[in-house]
Amino acid sequence: MNRTPIPLLVFHWIFAIFMLAPLTMVVLVSFTDKGYISMPFDGASLRWYLAILDEPDFIAAFWRSVGLAAAAATLATILAVPAGMAIAWNRFAGREAMLGLLLSPLMVPHIVLGIALLRFLTQMGGASTMWGLTAAHTVIVLPYVLRLVVAAATGFDRSVAQAAQSLGASAWTVFRRIELPLIIPGVAGGWMIAFINSFDELTMSVFVASASTETLPVKMYHHIANTIDPLLASVSSVLILLTLILMLVLDRFYGLDRVLGGK
Amino acid sequence: MTNVRNLLPYWLTAPGILVMLAFVALPLVLTLSLSMYPFLPGGGVGDGLTLANYADIAWDDYFHAIFARTFGMAFLVTAICIVIGVPEAYVLSRLSSRWRAVSMVIVLGPLLISVVVRTLGWAVLLGNEGVINKILLSIGVVSEPIKMMYTFTGVVVALVHVLVPFMVLAVWTSLQKLDRATEQAAASLGASLPTVLRRIVFPQVIPGVLSGGLIVFALAASAFATPAIIGGRRLKVVPTTIYDEFLGNLNWPLGAALAVVLVIIVLAVSLGMNRLIERQYKQVFS
Repeated sequence: MNRTPIPLLVFHWIFAIFMLAPLTMVVLVSFTDKGYISMPFDGASLRWYLAILDEPDFIAAFWRSVGLAAAAATLATILAVPAGMAIAWNRFAGREAMLGLLLSPLMVPHIVLGIALLRFLTQMGGASTMWGLTAAHTVIVLPYVLRLVVAAATGFDRSVAQAAQSLGASAWTVFRRIELPLIIPGVAGGWMIAFINSFDELTMSVFVASASTETLPVKMYHHIANTIDPLLASVSSVLILLTLILMLVLDRFYGLDRVLGGK
Repeated sequence: MTNVRNLLPYWLTAPGILVMLAFVALPLVLTLSLSMYPFLPGGGVGDGLTLANYADIAWDDYFHAIFARTFGMAFLVTAICIVIGVPEAYVLSRLSSRWRAVSMVIVLGPLLISVVVRTLGWAVLLGNEGVINKILLSIGVVSEPIKMMYTFTGVVVALVHVLVPFMVLAVWTSLQKLDRATEQAAASLGASLPTVLRRIVFPQVIPGVLSGGLIVFALAASAFATPAIIGGRRLKVVPTTIYDEFLGNLNWPLGAALAVVLVIIVLAVSLGMNRLIERQYKQVFS
């Protein structure tokens, strides 16, 4: 194939700048030494990073989000792995409907899930509890794990499992020794993408989380509603750095397009 | 095959299915019923079914303006995402594998970063004291700051940034199925690059453009964080109105009715577009 024409490359770099500009700005602003949003070129400092340490609310919200994301991703994985294997390897009545139901949180806007779960959890006595929030996050991240498990299981040679079975292995042994190890890359990728999605989720959590169960994005949203200060920029920069590390791991092992597209 | 073996798939899917029924299906049904209860001033939900909440939405100009703004915004964002996302996906497919890996992280990576962080970046850029205005003022293009925060344009720009990766991803997936030989054949027969793109590449990626467009449209119409932060209190869209009804006015039945109407319109538009495009480009979908 001939080389990519220059106008297309120019377009590509403008596009890349557009994608990076807001994130770069956040990182730059976080290094200012002023008390308001400004560029660090006439005075840089780390004062807004040190300021995070004086904000126990932000730190508590961060660890709450980490714990919530880990719990939701793990629960979603426990539910999605058996379901994904059943769906990938069997043709049974109602299979399509079940797959549709398991993927349904991707189709329903988070704002709608947010109010639905707020109403439901209020009636169940689970509003503003951690278990309510964990259940809510588990259902919204389950589709991400399921897609990757189904994709991993579909591209898997069933004759290996049949060979083990014919040699006398029990169903549990076949699962533990043959099937699980072969789909584990899909499971791990699914867990990570579920973790990230739960950690970042705002729209639904803004309804389901209360002051005592505030996640980091909800805390940041309420802070922005009052004032936009460099503290937000430094907190955001820490998040960008952490996400970048996870992103490079995901891209290295799976390719971002595969993980995000669920192919 | 024994009977136990036949039931195994059901046992394996049952836990997930039960959780989905309990925490997605049931709450959605309850929301639909909530939208048909009367609102009692002070934040209560009254007895007896009514369509009063829907009548409020149907006859009030205030809500008409909000719905018109929301869907106008969603259409515009979708159109811009198609115009810039399709060529970008094509360029990605032509880059060398090393540059493609870097570009993928730049283009798709933001999807993994919290939408609050990405929107904050736009707030920094667009404010009256923001970076864009500072640059424009210092080089003398404008004499006073251009208002971009709390405007329709500002929200559209930020939403395009948040959602365009979905379009690139969908078209990219579609491009990977494309047989490169068709492009080369057209080029060897003397077609220029624009002709190849228009006659060969674009028609074949229509399914990707359609699925990307539907995702972007649905997400734009139901986006909350970006319109709330960049649009502010005055530039209301349906999701921020639902938020205000639920957590501000405590009028849960009206908020639920707004959500039901939002979902119905998004579904109707998506199905309509799907039909239209599939009929137009029958040969690509078969």
